[in-house]
Amino acid sequence: MRPQRLVQGNEACAHAALYAGCNFYAGYPITPSSEVMEILAQEMPRRGRVFIQMEDEIASISAIIGAAWGGARVLTATSGPGFSLMQEGLGYAAITETPCVIVNCQRWGPSTGQPTKGAQGDVLQAIWGTHGDHPVIVLTASAVRDVFDMTVRAFNLAEEYRVPVVLLMDEMVAHMRENIDWPEPGEIPVFERRKPADPATFKPFGGDEFVPFGTGARFHVTGLAHGPEGFAVADENAARELKRMVGKIRDNVLKLTMVDRYRLDDATIALVAYGITSRPAQSAVDLLRDQGIKAGLLSLKTLWPFPDDAVREVARRVETIVVPELNLGQLVREIERSAAGMCGVIHVGRVDGHLLTPTQIAQGALQQEAVRA
Amino acid sequence: MKDPIQVRFSGAGGQGLITAGIILAEAAMLEGRNVVQTQTYGPEARLGSSRAEVIISSGQIAYPEVTSPDVQVCMSPEAARKYAPKTAPGSLVVLDSTCVRDEITTTGRVARLPITQAAVDLGNKVVANAVALGVVNALAGIVSHESLVKAVVARVPRKYAELNERALTVGAELATSAAESAGAQAASS
Amino acid sequence: MSEDYRRFLRLNQLPHVWCPGCGNGMIVKSLLEAINELRLDQDRVVVVSGIGCSGRTPFVLDFNTMHTTHGRAIAFATGIKLANPELHVIVVMGDGDASAIGGNHFIHACRRNLDLTALVFNNGIYGLTGGQLAPTTPMGKRSTTSLGGSIEPAFDLVRLALGAGAAFVARTTSFDHKQCTSLIKRAISHHGFGVVDVLTSCPTYFGRMNDVAEPYDMVHYLRDTSAPAHDSACDHGPPPDTSLLPTGIFRDEERPDYAVLYRQKIAAATSERRAS
Repeated sequence: MRPQRLVQGNEACAHAALYAGCNFYAGYPITPSSEVMEILAQEMPRRGRVFIQMEDEIASISAIIGAAWGGARVLTATSGPGFSLMQEGLGYAAITETPCVIVNCQRWGPSTGQPTKGAQGDVLQAIWGTHGDHPVIVLTASAVRDVFDMTVRAFNLAEEYRVPVVLLMDEMVAHMRENIDWPEPGEIPVFERRKPADPATFKPFGGDEFVPFGTGARFHVTGLAHGPEGFAVADENAARELKRMVGKIRDNVLKLTMVDRYRLDDATIALVAYGITSRPAQSAVDLLRDQGIKAGLLSLKTLWPFPDDAVREVARRVETIVVPELNLGQLVREIERSAAGMCGVIHVGRVDGHLLTPTQIAQGALQQEAVRA
Repeated sequence: MKDPIQVRFSGAGGQGLITAGIILAEAAMLEGRNVVQTQTYGPEARLGSSRAEVIISSGQIAYPEVTSPDVQVCMSPEAARKYAPKTAPGSLVVLDSTCVRDEITTTGRVARLPITQAAVDLGNKVVANAVALGVVNALAGIVSHESLVKAVVARVPRKYAELNERALTVGAELATSAAESAGAQAASS
Repeated sequence: MSEDYRRFLRLNQLPHVWCPGCGNGMIVKSLLEAINELRLDQDRVVVVSGIGCSGRTPFVLDFNTMHTTHGRAIAFATGIKLANPELHVIVVMGDGDASAIGGNHFIHACRRNLDLTALVFNNGIYGLTGGQLAPTTPMGKRSTTSLGGSIEPAFDLVRLALGAGAAFVARTTSFDHKQCTSLIKRAISHHGFGVVDVLTSCPTYFGRMNDVAEPYDMVHYLRDTSAPAHDSACDHGPPPDTSLLPTGIFRDEERPDYAVLYRQKIAAATSERRAS
């Protein structure tokens, strides 16, 4: 048996980035994500890779986007207040189709809130936070090994689709330690950047390929609406480019989305959860089953694009969907939209900085049972 | 041993409680069990309240937090007041009598032991966490003493390994003497 | 002998957006002369800009070019340079980029001393948005948001850069073309962070608001409000206190740049890793 390691969520994130070939990190200290940066401050120079602490989060995301065009695989990690500052850069990464990974260890509340308490309050911000229609992929993780796998996946998707990928963690999964099998090199596939056959005729936008500055292509990158050569466009050409960019996500929902299913086959109540909340939700399923109630769990690993088909398939055959979230109702709106009236949808929220317990989730589901009966 | 078992270390920042949680988790891993270690802490960089929790199970651990500790150690008066009363009947509550002097009402089984004093007697207050580990493990039989020693040696700086190992042993001895005196008391009453 | 600079231009992107009489074209000419004289490899030059009139510079230049967000050009450039230290990274900013919205990035770049060249196209006003007050608008001067004259002291970018620790600091004007070219060349050649504050003319807004609307008068205004303080690098020093804005080189120090220090850190970390 391979020896296991006791690993913290943030530690798994940092090492997964190294595993995925990340060779440029820029960031600014912020609780509860700082361990990612502290580990990379040590590990990057040891591997001849670049770590830099910037003056703020705007500079951090700007630096990683610059570094991507300098040829690097790039990461920054932050938390709520820093993620708000990064929205400017996130939009720039989206419109310039720059592969980059942004980790947000969610903490409680708006503004400074409660830095050491976890929450799931940045879900809609991660999807819609920067202005304008834009492509973005949002992933989440519910366990330490999951953090490792989803961090590598974030790099892979960023490279394959040339989009910013947000990995939404939270204070709880960031700081918890679990025993995991440490992936061997080659165990998880790592996507290599697609390079054009002839860099000299490379068009920087409109294709999957990517070449950095300094390879002879000499092109223009701008945050203005632009065509394949990078120069400004307007009217129907701007519309075409925007639709193409957003289409990279919208047209690949099935390829991009991942879900886990637990005891769902005969379920009449489905819990739909994501991130850390999947953990008490799974226990809640067992509690409900012990009481003779046919419950199951659909755990969403991809939050954007939204796994519509998976939710719709569940909504079609259960009576109730219960959505536990550490917020006052965010992803439940997407779930209601997917369910489209085919079943009842109820929200079980908790916002005191603590994780929902299995009992709280089960009671939320049971109250609904009582109402129906 | 109860399986799964939930363990809580509570006290103040700087007492090494999170390290204690990590060492217990690693010792259990050495025995092939699954573990989750979590913590809560205040905004202070030092000297705030601190709590480390460990769940150990031979099966999968879905819910990662401790809901009702089977075993807990309280190493500050605040921690004792906050956590000791809320405990399942029959669960084990260890109070570090060096720090906790108040009367605590609890439905748990209480053991009052001079954990920090034992560390001071060993020459370094810093190993109070290892004494506490030795106590808890001896009273609850969570892992073998050998696994605990292995985990401590792997985690602490080499020059402190021997001191920590002794602290574990002292903790185990404290627990045994307490169990014996409790037994004697029970017999005489 | 005259050089043909068209090889440095994206001719299909012309005409540019700058107004008649704008000084930016003169600065770009100086930049191209400097790049040409230094024989930089065109494929390895990266020109990074922020937002505003100066931000339009990279569109017309046939290098690797990046038009970033307002004030962040230096932060983007930091990433580019560290990812590929063989690139010559030249940052083109407006005074709003450098001293207002991106002031933080500017001072930290001065302190960090990464090998970048930062040119500030300093016209003392927000041009592209229609002539609003800038941190560099001289006190008393008018703008569309200070119609009665500015009551704020202006930033002196040279003193700001010196205070923040920049290793190479110079000022020139788009009027003094020879000096402008020579100082940009010096800044690019300098190892470490080099700043050139280039005072430039904006007859359309600064001029019209302040009685120098004719391009010719605006150029004279630049000439008459500035004075060469240090003609050569040998006698550089802090700017003298005069009512005229002094031009020239105010600091020219060689100290290890960030990339050199980072390479040393890698060397130390990798040998430590091999040892362990």
